[in-house]
Amino acid sequence: MNQTQALQRTETMQLNVGPSHPSTHGVLRVLVELDGELIVSADPDIGFLHRGIEKMCEYRTYHKCLPLMNRVDYLAGEVNNFGFCLAVEKLLAIEVPKRAQYIRVMIVELTRIASHLFWLGTHGHDLGAMTPLFYCFREREKIMDLCEMASGARMFPLYFRIGGLAADLPEGFLPAAADFVKSFDKLWKDYDALLTENIIWKERTVGVGAMSAADALDWGWSGPMARGSGVDWDLRRDNPYSSYEEFEFVVPLGTKEGDTYSRYLVRMQEMLQSNRIVKQALDKIAATEPGDIKCPDPRVSLPPKELVYTDIAALINHFKLIQEGITPPAGEVYQAIEAPKGEMGFYIVSDGGPQPLRVKVRTPSFVVLSSLDKLAKGRLLSDLIALIGTMDIVLADVDR
Amino acid sequence: MNKAVALLEEKFPEEVVEVVEFRGDTTIEVKPERIVEICTALRDNHETAFRYLSMIAGMDYSPASPRFGVVYNLYCHKHHNRITLRARLADDLAPAIDSVATVWSTAIWHEREAYDMMGIRFNGHPDLRRILMPEDWVGHPQRKDYPLRGH
Repeated sequence: MNQTQALQRTETMQLNVGPSHPSTHGVLRVLVELDGELIVSADPDIGFLHRGIEKMCEYRTYHKCLPLMNRVDYLAGEVNNFGFCLAVEKLLAIEVPKRAQYIRVMIVELTRIASHLFWLGTHGHDLGAMTPLFYCFREREKIMDLCEMASGARMFPLYFRIGGLAADLPEGFLPAAADFVKSFDKLWKDYDALLTENIIWKERTVGVGAMSAADALDWGWSGPMARGSGVDWDLRRDNPYSSYEEFEFVVPLGTKEGDTYSRYLVRMQEMLQSNRIVKQALDKIAATEPGDIKCPDPRVSLPPKELVYTDIAALINHFKLIQEGITPPAGEVYQAIEAPKGEMGFYIVSDGGPQPLRVKVRTPSFVVLSSLDKLAKGRLLSDLIALIGTMDIVLADVDR
Repeated sequence: MNKAVALLEEKFPEEVVEVVEFRGDTTIEVKPERIVEICTALRDNHETAFRYLSMIAGMDYSPASPRFGVVYNLYCHKHHNRITLRARLADDLAPAIDSVATVWSTAIWHEREAYDMMGIRFNGHPDLRRILMPEDWVGHPQRKDYPLRGH
């Protein structure tokens, strides 16, 4: 070894990224070991946002779990409730009316667009593209307005109930949603024009964080992350729930590289597909009977208000449902849904009582973040920002 | 019959404790001792091909005994089906089971979480540290005897 080589060899350096760094998308701390600017290892330190949601569920009735579930992935609040409601409905073996199913699909797909827009805006912003953020938040705002119209709340709509919905859609909702659907495809072209062929964008994303399909499965990747690596899998198509089998949509796949750019392309196409589903859902909702939004099963749904005032049995039923809650039979179920970030699963164990014995929420962000070290190893420090961005993690979803 | 059940009953007849069909979900309870072999067989067999581990959940069934358990949820992309594997751990005071991190890499974090929250040890795990709670935390918060508040 000559002298210059010996001089070039340096000790590695430990660098803390986060827990309150703007590009870690929440309170994530990554302990990075650096050799110059090259990453030797990256160890994510999580748990800063751990609220013990699974534990809290064990102490309350099934309905009272819903506000907690809203806050698992707070960028797609209603999607979490969707999965939880489906899991409890599976446990109870009840089916919600078609109108409620279509409305749920519509809200969830709008939320998927909103979640993807947030990802696109912040991911672009992290990598130096300022403009897409403003465009994306403009449309996300419209989706949140629609959520507010339906439920009164923007981030945490709490619109779904076990057995159906809290209320039917208000007057004027369907035309407003139709307006959004009509305009979105054109607006989407703006984001596409800003980034897809942008040379700086490509420099920062092509070849960064490549993952093969086999590795993606080994690391538990799902949703757009897996599809970006060429895994042809979508729970909405392959294990349909809530009448997804009646909708026409394509499952977009990424390029053969399976890199950050490929995942970008997948999520971009998914927004268009979601918009397509919303459009179909609006037609289907219009064809159903207004007001038919709750499963009539008295074990689950409150009786109509007129009956509570006039009929003693209905009054008792109302009282018991409020005081005691739903009591599903003993058993265990697992229900997975295609959330914007990947497979979101709810494993619920019931002992027959009004509170769940165990609720396990399988969140896509937690799983995907575990592979950060594998992706970051040997890359430049600046690529770490691209990798965190492409994972589309939400720390509330990671920590629960 | 479910192919996973058939495979396990053929290859590991001694290990299968019970098979439960409930609401379309198949849950297989197995003995914990040979869990790595069982998982490897389910992953590599051509018919089952469970190449994807959805989640691992640590379980506290108290006051029942055996108190602790581990639940694995597996998915097969070829047939689009799912099974749940369940193992009850014999030792109530120091629950432990072999790690399946060599079968699916994604298990590393799931097992760390089960260790952190339930205090279940995973033998042969490459990096068994707390994950959500701070490193110096005392106790395992998701155990049933751990209070919800007033800790």
